[in-house]
Amino acid sequence: MLKLKDVVVHYGVIEAIKGVSFEVNKGEIVSLIGANGAGKTTILNSISGLIQPTSGEILYKEKPIMKASTRDIVASGISQVPEGRRVFSGMTVKENLEMGAFLRKDHSEIQKDLKRVYESFPILKERLNQDAQTLSGGEQQMLAMGRALLSNPELLLLDEPSMGLAPLFIREIFNIIEEISERGTTILLVEQNATIALEVSDRGYVIETGKIVASGSAQELLDSDEVKKAYLGG
Amino acid sequence: MKIFNRTNIGWLVLIILTYIAIEGLTFVGIIDPFYEITVVNIFINIILAVGLNLIVGFSGQLSLGHAGFMAIGAYMTGILLNYMPNQTGFIISIIAGMFLSGLVALIVGIPTLRLKGDYFAIATLGASEIIRVAILNLPDITNGAVGISGIPLMADWRFAYFVAVLTILMVTNYIRSSPGRATISIREDEIAAESLSIQTTYYKNIAFLMGAMTAALAGSIHASYFGVINPGQFTFNKSIDVLIIVVFGGIGSVTGSIVAAIALGIINVYLQQFGALRMIVYALVLILIMIFRPSGLMGNIEFSLSHLFKRPQDVPGSIENMEQEKGI
Repeated sequence: MLKLKDVVVHYGVIEAIKGVSFEVNKGEIVSLIGANGAGKTTILNSISGLIQPTSGEILYKEKPIMKASTRDIVASGISQVPEGRRVFSGMTVKENLEMGAFLRKDHSEIQKDLKRVYESFPILKERLNQDAQTLSGGEQQMLAMGRALLSNPELLLLDEPSMGLAPLFIREIFNIIEEISERGTTILLVEQNATIALEVSDRGYVIETGKIVASGSAQELLDSDEVKKAYLGG
Repeated sequence: MKIFNRTNIGWLVLIILTYIAIEGLTFVGIIDPFYEITVVNIFINIILAVGLNLIVGFSGQLSLGHAGFMAIGAYMTGILLNYMPNQTGFIISIIAGMFLSGLVALIVGIPTLRLKGDYFAIATLGASEIIRVAILNLPDITNGAVGISGIPLMADWRFAYFVAVLTILMVTNYIRSSPGRATISIREDEIAAESLSIQTTYYKNIAFLMGAMTAALAGSIHASYFGVINPGQFTFNKSIDVLIIVVFGGIGSVTGSIVAAIALGIINVYLQQFGALRMIVYALVLILIMIFRPSGLMGNIEFSLSHLFKRPQDVPGSIENMEQEKGI
């Protein structure tokens, strides 16, 4: 479904991503794991078009999307939940969710998707008319995910959904991620919390300073020394 | 959604009542020619502030060059009315002023609104100075530092009122539309907005364009009501004056801009008698307001008739109500 070939990204003269290739197949949950500054977010942002890679190729459903605008990328079915939640604080929860459906004109379908989001995140329905900034961190993460789901994506990019959340909330968020996946949305997940990410994932890639250093099925990675090395610095 | 619902009729009645009130006060003589100047000034300031609020308050881009766009409108009217001293000439000059002002806005906005941060503020500041200096140095067209006087007086307070109402309607409707919501989302979080497929540069430019065009409109009214314009009226100070109204009323509240324009207009009249002390008292009032209401008179709250009309049980946003609105 999504294929990256030798993608290189520069920030000024600094080479942040040094030729990364990987793929995500339809229906999978794939994790990119790695320490701070490894380049996980950069990879995600280049897929969603927020950053322009220097070279390489990004294919989505066999079509190159590297030069496409964010708008076209969202329209083609990729939706990103940016790092750090980033809900619109001056708007109510409902308005936030509606922003996710910005490109869509099919109002009855949007209502259906709204209902589905309320089912996954009942707390959002309770807080519908509340200013988004009054939500707790976990609720904001749910709102950001619900918002991204309202563009009806086939591929959901999740950037650090566990950031700054209590373990109990992390568990809940990852349950929902599995639920979203079971409904047929493909998920590419970026996480520092490797253990929990790999527990829900089918496959994973370990990233270190802009390169993929290990890959394999989630179970393989969980048992692998490479992963322990990448995280424990050993 | 019907056009003639309770809320819209309510607003229409309010607009007409305000008009009748001012007409009546003028007739009885409470608003004499001196106070009429204040009233028109308030209307002009409302147009300027509501337009600037769209840029600063809703798209979240600090513009320090509103006076420059006002100058474009004022000079366009001043110059064109010299050749065509009639109503048609006035209308043409307004349209021409708005067009040129919009063009300048795009020239400034397209390169700088792509950037995040303070670049836009500096660029607008520079642009408005360029406009002023250009006016100063084109004496053949603009009469240089002396300015243009004896401009045919085509605008009266009724026209200013009409345009102010029109501007308010246009801006409030825009910010409630889908592009308007997109504009607000850019203010709240540009990266999130972009990740949701909103073309941030585009919507920032639209807001800036609309703001610049309303400023030109205000300039045209200014020129044709007072009959005298010179570059000294359109300095950086004028931009700051408008910005003060926006901040004073509440960044991101159209109601706030209107209330602030009226309040500051009235304060100014009462301070006339203090002479040189005026600026000090004016500054004190501003400081006090900022201490006690740091987010402006209205914060980001809008005065809403539909909320006043609603019975408690149908508060907007309850799920049932929402589904009714969407027609499910």
